[in-house]
Amino acid sequence: MTPDIIYGVTGIAVFAIGLVGALCAQDRLRRVLALKLASVGAGFVLVVAAWRAPPAAPDPVPHALVITGIVVMVSATAVALALIRRLQSLEAEDAE
Amino acid sequence: MIDPYVILDLLLGLAVVALAAAVLTVRDLFAAIVLFIVFGLLSALAWVRLAAPDVALAEAAIGTGLTGALLLKTLHHLRYVTGSLDRQAALSVTPVQPVPMAVIWVNAAFCGLVTLGLAAAFLGAPRNGPGFDALVAEAMPASGVEHPVTAVLLNFRAYDTLMEVVVLLAAVIAVWQIERGLSEAPAPALGEVWAGFARLVLPAIVVIGTYLLWVGAEAPGGAFQGGAVLAAVGLLLLLSRLYVPRPAHRGVARLGFVLGTGAFAAVALLVAGGGRVAFEYPLEHAKTLILLIEGVVTISIAITLAALFHGREPVALSASETRHDA
Amino acid sequence: MMQELIAAILIALGTVFFIAGTLGLLRFPDIYCRLHALTKADGLGLGLIALGAAVLLATPGALFRIALIWVFVALASATCGHLVARYARQTERTPRHD
Repeated sequence: MTPDIIYGVTGIAVFAIGLVGALCAQDRLRRVLALKLASVGAGFVLVVAAWRAPPAAPDPVPHALVITGIVVMVSATAVALALIRRLQSLEAEDAE
Repeated sequence: MIDPYVILDLLLGLAVVALAAAVLTVRDLFAAIVLFIVFGLLSALAWVRLAAPDVALAEAAIGTGLTGALLLKTLHHLRYVTGSLDRQAALSVTPVQPVPMAVIWVNAAFCGLVTLGLAAAFLGAPRNGPGFDALVAEAMPASGVEHPVTAVLLNFRAYDTLMEVVVLLAAVIAVWQIERGLSEAPAPALGEVWAGFARLVLPAIVVIGTYLLWVGAEAPGGAFQGGAVLAAVGLLLLLSRLYVPRPAHRGVARLGFVLGTGAFAAVALLVAGGGRVAFEYPLEHAKTLILLIEGVVTISIAITLAALFHGREPVALSASETRHDA
Repeated sequence: MMQELIAAILIALGTVFFIAGTLGLLRFPDIYCRLHALTKADGLGLGLIALGAAVLLATPGALFRIALIWVFVALASATCGHLVARYARQTERTPRHD
């Protein structure tokens, strides 16, 4: 039982939960949350791929990829949340 | 004798999966966001266990801290728009329409199949295997920095990082366009204790952000982590109303957004001008150039992330544009 | 060896306080009691764990960083506790418009 197996399975499970949420959740905000979960799950698998049994140092290339992914994800989340805010305002206006 | 670290890993993995499930099943949206923040912090802890402190820092600062702030701000806005704190707004922000059970089952079955395939691929793939370790280790002396992740981000794979900065720029442009003329939910007053706390920690955060940027050349840290910590300064200033964006500040803000992309691209072009490939820094100037790019990009990231949190472009609303006032 | 033993005892004690704080959060009846349990017990627990880590590392740079972390986390948790209590009191005074 090494950390890479444990966290690899964790990552795949988190990705699966995020995928189900993104497809089945009704609420917009929760769908964004589900996509975030899926991205963290993918990050887990990449970080696990970079892991080497100590004392060897981990592979830095997947680490850089995950950092890039985190920044891209926060950009995408910000745009999605802005769209949600706008949509909600328009709906509230229609309801009046 | 079981290794105590294995127990820690197992518990941490279980907690992460349970929190992920709880984020999607808990009824109250506020609770879902708070659980998501806890989930992100525990994931960061797991990545420390996997010897990835850079990624853990980025996840804790950007993926959890800033994303959590964005989510909470959005929830605040949505509850304000749908009429204070009624029951429906607490549970969901979208009007719920019944979905046929068959559709849900098909989706769930599809997700199950995808997951099974992924799990089979993961368990069947060679682990601990040769990646780019040897290539990176071989090229490290020519990179100009001592920390491998920074070398990959700003030297070997600098194109990716340039594109990443462009994505941030595109996001802030999109947010400004989407929210044009949108009215703002009044920010909650946070009181004097909070204001004192903000005054006390503001200078400390500036020092910590700059330290993270500087230390990135030889240890975990770097432009993105430092930029995110500096963006927290922007969030504190905005929340405590020590700084209120005005239409006249848009020029400076725009300059801040493009500064990182501009400097990054300019360095690439200048290096390419000397008969080299773009991003093939001359060895004697490599460290200077990388620190220059990192410094400018950090400022840009901090301003962009704070602007993403603030949302709307600070424009003087004309009469025709204020129609979205709820 | 002695150092590690002292550090282990300090960290274990800190963990006990964290568990007590969590129990209080789960079992106490209203929000003020819960906040009391959380901020008090976790403040002490954090202090003990920081002390334990400091005994283990015992280099000036590490000591300085640990002290900084302790100060800022203590400040932040006190402020957060205050904000939560303040919000709870305000919503109590002005009943919800359902």
